[in-house]
Amino acid sequence: MNPVARSSIQSGLETLPARLGHQLQGGADWLNRRSRPGLMRLSAAWRRSLQLRVAATTTIVTGLIVLLIGLFLVDQIGKGVLKAKRDAAISQASLGLEAALAQFEGLTPGDLSGIRQAVDQITSDPTRSTGALGGALFTKVVRSTDQAVNRQLGVTQQLPDELRRQVDRGTMAVQYAPVRVPGQSGEAPGLIVGQPLTTQAGTFELYYLFPLTAEQKTLGLVQRTVLIAGLALVLLVAAIAALVTRQVVRPVRVAAQTAGRLAGGALSERIKVSGEDDIALLGESFNDMANSLQQQIQRLENLSRLQQRFTSDVSHELRTPLTTIRMAAELLYGSREDFPPELARSVELLTNELDRFESLLGDLLEISRYDAGAAYLETEQVDLRGIVERAVAAAVPLAARHGVELRAELGDRQVLAEVDARRVERVLRNLLGNALDHAEGRPVTVRLGADEESVAVTVRDEGVGLRPGEAALVFNRFWRGDPSRSRLTGGTGLGLAISLEDVRLHHGWLQAWGARGRGAVFRMTLPRVAGGELDSSPLPLEPPEVLA
Amino acid sequence: MKPRVLVVDDDSSLAEMLGIVLRTEGFEPAFVPDGSRALAAFREVKPDIVLLDLMLPGMSGIDVCRAIRAESGTPIIMLTAKTDTVDIVLGLESGADDYVVKPFKPKELTARMRARLRRYDEAGGETLLIGPPESPVSIDVQAHQVVRDGVQISLTPLEFDLLVALARKPRQVFTREVLLEQVWGYRHAADTRLVNVHVQRLRSKVERDPERPEVVLTVRGVGYKAGPP
Repeated sequence: MNPVARSSIQSGLETLPARLGHQLQGGADWLNRRSRPGLMRLSAAWRRSLQLRVAATTTIVTGLIVLLIGLFLVDQIGKGVLKAKRDAAISQASLGLEAALAQFEGLTPGDLSGIRQAVDQITSDPTRSTGALGGALFTKVVRSTDQAVNRQLGVTQQLPDELRRQVDRGTMAVQYAPVRVPGQSGEAPGLIVGQPLTTQAGTFELYYLFPLTAEQKTLGLVQRTVLIAGLALVLLVAAIAALVTRQVVRPVRVAAQTAGRLAGGALSERIKVSGEDDIALLGESFNDMANSLQQQIQRLENLSRLQQRFTSDVSHELRTPLTTIRMAAELLYGSREDFPPELARSVELLTNELDRFESLLGDLLEISRYDAGAAYLETEQVDLRGIVERAVAAAVPLAARHGVELRAELGDRQVLAEVDARRVERVLRNLLGNALDHAEGRPVTVRLGADEESVAVTVRDEGVGLRPGEAALVFNRFWRGDPSRSRLTGGTGLGLAISLEDVRLHHGWLQAWGARGRGAVFRMTLPRVAGGELDSSPLPLEPPEVLA
Repeated sequence: MKPRVLVVDDDSSLAEMLGIVLRTEGFEPAFVPDGSRALAAFREVKPDIVLLDLMLPGMSGIDVCRAIRAESGTPIIMLTAKTDTVDIVLGLESGADDYVVKPFKPKELTARMRARLRRYDEAGGETLLIGPPESPVSIDVQAHQVVRDGVQISLTPLEFDLLVALARKPRQVFTREVLLEQVWGYRHAADTRLVNVHVQRLRSKVERDPERPEVVLTVRGVGYKAGPP
C-alpha cells in the first residue's frame, strides 16, 4: 500500500480506541471522582474512602464494647473490694465490743471520771494503729445516748443521723459516710460500723470509723488500668481494621486506576496478579475483561481499516479514469457546435450525466466513510453567518432557475460557534437545494438563531410539504417523497442522509417538519462548543403561524 | 513564451489527456510517470509549474513534493483522488501550493495553474514593513525579497504573495475566503484548510516564535491580518 494511504488510515485508527474509550468512561467515572473543596471535604472523604469508613465503624463499635466491659469490670471489682472491707469491718467491730464491755465493768452511771477513763481506754486501743497498711486502719468513737454525758466527755465527732437511729434501736448498723482521717486534714470516704454498748454505767454507742482511702486508691488504679487497656485495645483494633481494609482496598484502587487508563485508550493496561485469593480473582477477571475488550476493539479496528482501505482504493481507482473521461467529455463539449445535432446532444448528455455520476460517487464515498466510522470533525471558532451567506450565495443560481425567492434572516450580531465549517456548509447547501426543489415557486426562508448553548438554522419552504409520517423518512438513504416528481437538481438521494451524519458528528440535531401543502421546515441545531450537549433549540421547528 | 508544465502521473491515459488539454490551453507539458525519476525530470525540464499526483509508484507524491520544495519554490499543484483532510493537509504541509481533487474539470485546473503563474504586477518598487517595530519584516516587492533582522528569508512565491496581500493593507482583517480569492484565485469553492496550512508555513519562516505570532495575526472567528508595522 502507498505510504500516504497507510498514514491516513493509521491516523484515523488512532482515534478509534479513544472514541470507544470515551463511551466506557461514563462507567468508570464513579471510580475517578476527585476531591471537592470546603466543608464537603470530610463528607466527601467519608463517601469516597472505604478504608476510612471501615476503620471508623470498627473503632466506634469496638470502643462501645470496650467501654461496656470496662464499666462492668470496674463495677464488679469495686463491689468486691467494698464487700470484703465491710465484712472485715463488721468482724472487727464485733471483736471490739467484748473489749469495750470489759472496760465499763463495775462503773456506775454517775462516775464520770471512770467513764472517761474507760472511753479513753477503748478509743486508744492498741489495735487502732496496727494494720496491714501501717497507717490508721480505723478510729473508734464512744458516745453516750445522754447528750449531757457527751458534752462532759467532749465528744465532737458528728455521725450520720440515720446510723444513730439504727444503733439507738439496739442493732448493729453499717453506713458509708465521709470520715476524718487521723493525722490528715479533711475528710475521706469511709465506712462506719455502729453498735450499742449497754453497761451498768448507761447505754453507750460504739462506732468504728474506717477510712476507705486505700480502697479508693485501689479502685482508682483499677479504673486507670482498665481505661488505658481499653484505649490501647481500641487503637489496636482501629489499626488492624485500617491495615486489613488497606489490603483489600489497595487492589480495588489499582483496579479502578487501571480501568480508568483502559477507558482512556491504553488498551494494553493490565493488573498485576499474584496469589490465588479473592483479590487475585478480581484481578484475573478484570484482565479477562480487558482482553476481550481489546480483542473486540481490535476486531472493529480491523473491520474499519478494511472498510477504509476499500473506500480509499475504490476512490482512487474510480476517480483517475473518471478524470480522463471528464476531460475528454469537456473537450468534446467545447467543440459540440461543430458536430451534427445528434452527436452534439449526445455530448451534452454525456457531460451532464458525468456530473451526476461524479456527485453520486462523491456522496457514496462520503457515506461509506461514515459507515466505517472514519469521519472526523475539524472544528474552529467561526461566525455562522459567513457559512450561511456562502451557502445561500451558492444556491442563488438554482433559486433563479426555479424562479424562487430566497430570503435570509441572519441578524446583525456575530454568531460564533465551534463547528466544522466545511460540513456545516455542506448541510446547508443540501437543505437549501432540497427546499428549492420543493418550493413550487414560493419563497424559501433561511433563519439563524442562537442562545447561550446552541445555534440553529432553519430552512423553510412553503411548497408541497410532507405527508404525515414522512418527516421521519426524509433522512433515509435514496428516499424520495414523490417518485413521479421531476428532479431539477439531479440530487443523489443521499444528501439528507449525509447531512444527518454531519450534524450527528457535531452532537447536534437535524429535524424535519412538514404538512401537506403548507411546506416544510428543516432545522439544524448545533452546540456552540465542540463536544457540548443540546437540550433545546433557539428556533422553533414548526413555523409560528402554523402553531397559532 | 509558453509556460512549461511538468506532469508527474503514473496513469498514462490521464497523462495523455492532460497533455491534450494543456496544449490546447497554451501550455508546454512534459511527463514523468514515476516518482523516483520526478526530481531528475524536474531539474532537466525546469518547469514553471508542477502537476503532481499523490499516489505514485517508486516514490510517493509527498516525498517528491518535499524534494522539489527543498531546492525550489516552483508552484506545485497536487492532483489527488483522496478528499480526506489528513491527505490534503499532509500534501499541503509537504509544500504543495494548491490541490485539485480528481475528477476535476479541465477549466478548473487551468484556472488554478494560471493563478499560480500570475505574478503581482511589480510596477513601483515598493517596500512594505510589517510586524513589531523593533524587529519588522521588510518586503521588497520588486526584488521579491523578504528581510528580518538583517537576515534574508526564503519564501516560495505563494508564501510571498500571501505575505504581500496581508502587508499591503496592514489594518484590514482578511477572511480566509478573501485570501483564497486574492492569492489562490478561487471563486466559490472555499477550502479554508489551504489558508490555514500556508499561514502556518509562512509563520514558521517569518515569526520569531510561531506559537506567538507577531507578523501574521489570527483574528478569532474572522481570519488573519498583518501585525502592526
